[in-house]
Amino acid sequence: MSCGGVHGSAQFAELERYMSSLPLEENPERKRGFLIQSLHRAQNIFGYLPPEVQKFVADRLGLHVSEVYGVISFYSYFTDQPVGRYKINVCAGTACFVKGSAKVLDEFKRYLGIREGETTGDGKFFLGALRCVGACSLAPVVMVNDRVYGNVTAKMVPDIINDCAD
Amino acid sequence: MQKITSPAELAALADAVNQRPRAPRRILISMGTCGIAAGATPVRDAIIDEIAAQRLERDVELVEVGCMGLCHAEPTLMVIDGDRTLIYGDVGVGQVPAILSAAPGEAAVGTRTLERNWYYPECEKPAEGELQARIVLRNTGRLDPEDTDAYIAAGGYQALAKAVTTMQPQEVIQLIVDSGLRGRGGGGFPTGKKWQFAAAQPGPEKFMICNADEGDPGAFMDRAVLEGDPNAVLEAMAIGGYATGASKGVIYIRAEYPLAVRRLQGAIDRAVEMGLLGRNIFGSGFSFEIELKYGAGAFVCGEETALIHSIEGMRGEPTFKPPFPAVQGLWKKPTVVNNVETYACIPAIVRNGADWFRSIGTAGSPGTKVFALAGKISHVGLAEVPMGMTLRQIIFGIGAGIKGGKEFKAVQTGGPSGGCITAANLDTAIDYDTLKALGSMMGSGGMIVMDEDDCMVNIAKFFLEFTLDESCGKCTPCRIGNKRMHELLDDITSGRATMETLDKLKLLSRTIKDTALCGLGQTSPNPVLSTLANFEDEYLAHIRDHRCPAGSCAKLIHYEISARCIGCGLCARNCPVDAISGERKERHVIDQSKCIKCGVCHQTCKFHAVDKN
Repeated sequence: MSCGGVHGSAQFAELERYMSSLPLEENPERKRGFLIQSLHRAQNIFGYLPPEVQKFVADRLGLHVSEVYGVISFYSYFTDQPVGRYKINVCAGTACFVKGSAKVLDEFKRYLGIREGETTGDGKFFLGALRCVGACSLAPVVMVNDRVYGNVTAKMVPDIINDCAD
Repeated sequence: MQKITSPAELAALADAVNQRPRAPRRILISMGTCGIAAGATPVRDAIIDEIAAQRLERDVELVEVGCMGLCHAEPTLMVIDGDRTLIYGDVGVGQVPAILSAAPGEAAVGTRTLERNWYYPECEKPAEGELQARIVLRNTGRLDPEDTDAYIAAGGYQALAKAVTTMQPQEVIQLIVDSGLRGRGGGGFPTGKKWQFAAAQPGPEKFMICNADEGDPGAFMDRAVLEGDPNAVLEAMAIGGYATGASKGVIYIRAEYPLAVRRLQGAIDRAVEMGLLGRNIFGSGFSFEIELKYGAGAFVCGEETALIHSIEGMRGEPTFKPPFPAVQGLWKKPTVVNNVETYACIPAIVRNGADWFRSIGTAGSPGTKVFALAGKISHVGLAEVPMGMTLRQIIFGIGAGIKGGKEFKAVQTGGPSGGCITAANLDTAIDYDTLKALGSMMGSGGMIVMDEDDCMVNIAKFFLEFTLDESCGKCTPCRIGNKRMHELLDDITSGRATMETLDKLKLLSRTIKDTALCGLGQTSPNPVLSTLANFEDEYLAHIRDHRCPAGSCAKLIHYEISARCIGCGLCARNCPVDAISGERKERHVIDQSKCIKCGVCHQTCKFHAVDKN
């Protein structure tokens, strides 16, 4: 991966500041309890968790990088791949499912020409499915970054894509 | 800020807040996640602008509250003029001036008003035929969740003050045991017993954990409480800490709930500032602190041992019990894990006593349960009802029946671990035990209603897909067994199955149930077993006749345009894959090789000329 210039960047400085603010040495045996929140912060800063970031976090918490990777690959919230600027997530909760979310997801796949979990070649759109945002009254629900679209039908897909202007 | 150091100071603050001069009219606006998604923010802004335009600053107070539970009518407003209250639903920005100008108790023209269909057992008697009783949701949708003073004025933190200054820890535990409160997260284990086990362990370090990793898709009551009444959870955790001898609390919350995270953290910070959490609470010598830990999207972390591993920074894999967390939990210390709704019951029990709590609900399951009504139901929303209410009362009473006048088919309770209940059992009084007897379970209280258009085989497949996704992979029955189950179900919904498939499915279901390591795996075949028990004919139709009776399984249906077609071309224009062609004013045809069976033509045709077979 071409992340050679990442070290020493402003992003690393921010992560460094965050991890230095944690009371890691208060109870050294429980240092790894800070792992998941550190990864949340790191993904927030970098957008994803490249190997350099994983190594950085591992070193600071006294873990092997394989343990950090094991955690990243376990939780669906974390990703080690860069994702599109517009994260389109179709809710796949039960209420949305019975209201036809599968058809909406299929239409997004067809329209964007990518599969679930992929990003378009231009790096603009990521397509995923998530489990219930708790807005079941608006089912089926689609989230684009933090914006929620309710009562979505396959027909609305082009309009939603057009809303995503750079 | 001056710290509150005694129950007397707490009571004085409550009095002071209640005596503050108030505007004669108060407008509450639901600003939970669903309200905001439905457009509450522009409505709120319009109200603020209109108050300024009409110079009503002294007359109207606007309060942002959590979810009122009326999700089907978001954005919702409650306008309170003294003892006259009006609830407006589906409020649009354009209605705001009329609502503000309307006389007290009179509905503004051109608006939709709703009935308040609940009562508060702590301070009211139920009206005739009232179905909902709000204990857990007593403040949700009534108070500004970011205003700790308002919580205190409504009696908040009094239960904690009472417990730590007038009761012994054993007395608190005995009270919870006597109340009969059972865990609202799904299992229904007696909460008091859990506390007893942890209290019996030697100290000094113990933990109280709040499981706020609401993972059941279609259940959103915990989110409503966290967003709408975060202080109730904090107060209850501190009470539990006092009872069990724990001085640390951890709330494990979904990262997908950013608003709940923000409101909880705000409530914790203010409680610490006011001395309601921290050292020497109410001068009792008892100290308690609470921190937030985030989940990262793993359903299995709702299982308590998996949750604990996640807090410890590990993969959220469950481990065999015993040892139970009450003996060896977080960092190998005695730990109590309770869910949000369970905690939200505690302050009310401490304030009003065990007998009061037992007077609501059934003998085996006292109290109330919050259900999240969703799916094909008219009034999607939250309903808190006394245990022992019938499904018919909940679905057809509170939920106003099935959307679009369709036929009720089944209701799924208990999420991916539960089962479906059919029309034949709509009149069963539901509590933990009766649901179990029906082959389902209480779970966290999600209720997904299904109508005649839903294929039960496909629903079972959907839940299995969920389990497959969420299986942690540690034990073989769950990791591989569910994969095989999913393949068998896929064979059925694709028309490839034989009767042997069905036998294999049944055998595999029982094997997984008996051999999986944790609750997730052991309950994963439930949706299959329960749909098989209630809708075996649907399975048989798929297998023998290659037919999906509900017309839902794409591989078993196809669309054709009949002679009724007048050639208007509407279907062709709407077809997303250009599979429909034909001359104007002539019968159109569908190219079956291109058709993706989305059904848009069937829905848009005004002449019912597109047949679905």
